[in-house]
Amino acid sequence: MSEIAQSLALAGELVAAGDAKLAEIVWLSLKVSLSATALSCVLGMPLGALLAVGRFPGRHSLIVLFNGLMGLPPVVVGLLVYLLLSRAGPLGQFGLLFTPAAMIIAQTVLITPIIAALTRQVIEDEWREYREQLRSLGASRMRAGRTLLWNARFSLTTAGLAGFGRAVAEVGAVMIVGGNIDGVTRVMTTTIALETSKGDLPLALALGAILVAVVLVINTGAFILRQWAERRWG
Amino acid sequence: MTALRFLLTALVVAMAQPSGAQAQQRFITVASTTSTEQSGLFGHLLPAFEKASGIRVRVVALGTGQALDLARRGDADVVFVHDPAAEEKFVAEAFGVKRQQVMYNDFILVGPKADPAKAAGQDILEGLRRVATTQAPFVSRGDKSGTHTAELRYWKAAGVDLATASGIRGPWYRDTGSGMGPALNTAASMNAYILADRGTWLNFRNRGELGIVVAGDQALFNQYGVILVNPAKHAHVKAADGQKFIDWIVSPAGQQAIAAYRIGGEQLFFPNAR
Repeated sequence: MSEIAQSLALAGELVAAGDAKLAEIVWLSLKVSLSATALSCVLGMPLGALLAVGRFPGRHSLIVLFNGLMGLPPVVVGLLVYLLLSRAGPLGQFGLLFTPAAMIIAQTVLITPIIAALTRQVIEDEWREYREQLRSLGASRMRAGRTLLWNARFSLTTAGLAGFGRAVAEVGAVMIVGGNIDGVTRVMTTTIALETSKGDLPLALALGAILVAVVLVINTGAFILRQWAERRWG
Repeated sequence: MTALRFLLTALVVAMAQPSGAQAQQRFITVASTTSTEQSGLFGHLLPAFEKASGIRVRVVALGTGQALDLARRGDADVVFVHDPAAEEKFVAEAFGVKRQQVMYNDFILVGPKADPAKAAGQDILEGLRRVATTQAPFVSRGDKSGTHTAELRYWKAAGVDLATASGIRGPWYRDTGSGMGPALNTAASMNAYILADRGTWLNFRNRGELGIVVAGDQALFNQYGVILVNPAKHAHVKAADGQKFIDWIVSPAGQQAIAAYRIGGEQLFFPNAR
């Protein structure tokens, strides 16, 4: 137990010292994972709504597929995106490998299914409740999907946060496509993996505690924002 | 839909920022080994080169086998690794321009301080034989790294056949498929023997009950080489800047910087460029 206490103390010291290197790493983590979350919301939420209200052949298979893809292993996503972005790969000419953009792409692939699947569930419940009402207004399914997404916007923050949580916590994908390059693609999770490799377990655990704290701050922010927005526009 | 517009704008800003900064920065990508990164050598070496040349060096640290594969696909400009046979092959296949030797350090057999296999001494082959006959736990990298291929070479030379001796291999020989640091962590928690490079060991903190068991054998020599990836194979390779890095690292300035890197007064790498 003394080791864990020691790590927490070290985490406190690191934060109190306002280490510039640490700030840079935390900032990059946030930038990459928040970008991936935003991109995944833009892609995954309409997709989820489509799966909820749409009626087309293969819909059930797609629902099962997206539910299954929530368990996509990050290292597989990393490998896939690596092969796409590698110079020998189909998108190699853009030179995106080992850049933050590559990490954003990998995390977007990883969490879009999570956001789509959770959105589908939320919208399906809404659809059950408001179907008659929307139909009597003569709304098309397309129109209905958009209305329901807007209606459920506060509940959908949870889907976004689930995606963000997964993105900011994964190490397998960003390690492969980012390369853990010092000052360029080194984020919280890859730093923790590196310090573990060096056998500096207290520092690794301290960085883990900081990561958890950062995620909690983001979630608190989202919670307060939601409360405020619900009061204002809800 | 204002929320959507906000998200898209935020995304564009976030995406544009890093690539904008990268465009102004002159850099090369070096595929290297976990031993050079985890021993802290690059942290010491690269700032000096960057100051002298204005070229940033982005290091991707992998096992030697993986680093060479990455370069074969054209994802690096320079490789800096330690498996001479694999390096010669890389150059012979025309993926690399030319191999130059840079520095050496040595492998060491690390094991429990109590040394239950009585492997201590200066003879690596005898030490490994004793580990095998006593079936003391042994942790292998198992990841096609330079250290792993060296380990397999020593087992072969010691006359211990790991493939056919699967009966004895089972419980005591642990193939972990991991980098030097993670493998050392495993060995520390199992109190097992392990072949390591001295650099990573000196910088390794979580030693537990482990200490150096065999060191100083001529056979434990560990040579590092540097190779420019062939621009004829991959046109986008930054040949000029990559060559500048190679020229610097084999120059007196680079060689002195390597010799100056010490942990606790102990020198980790010995320059021997020719």
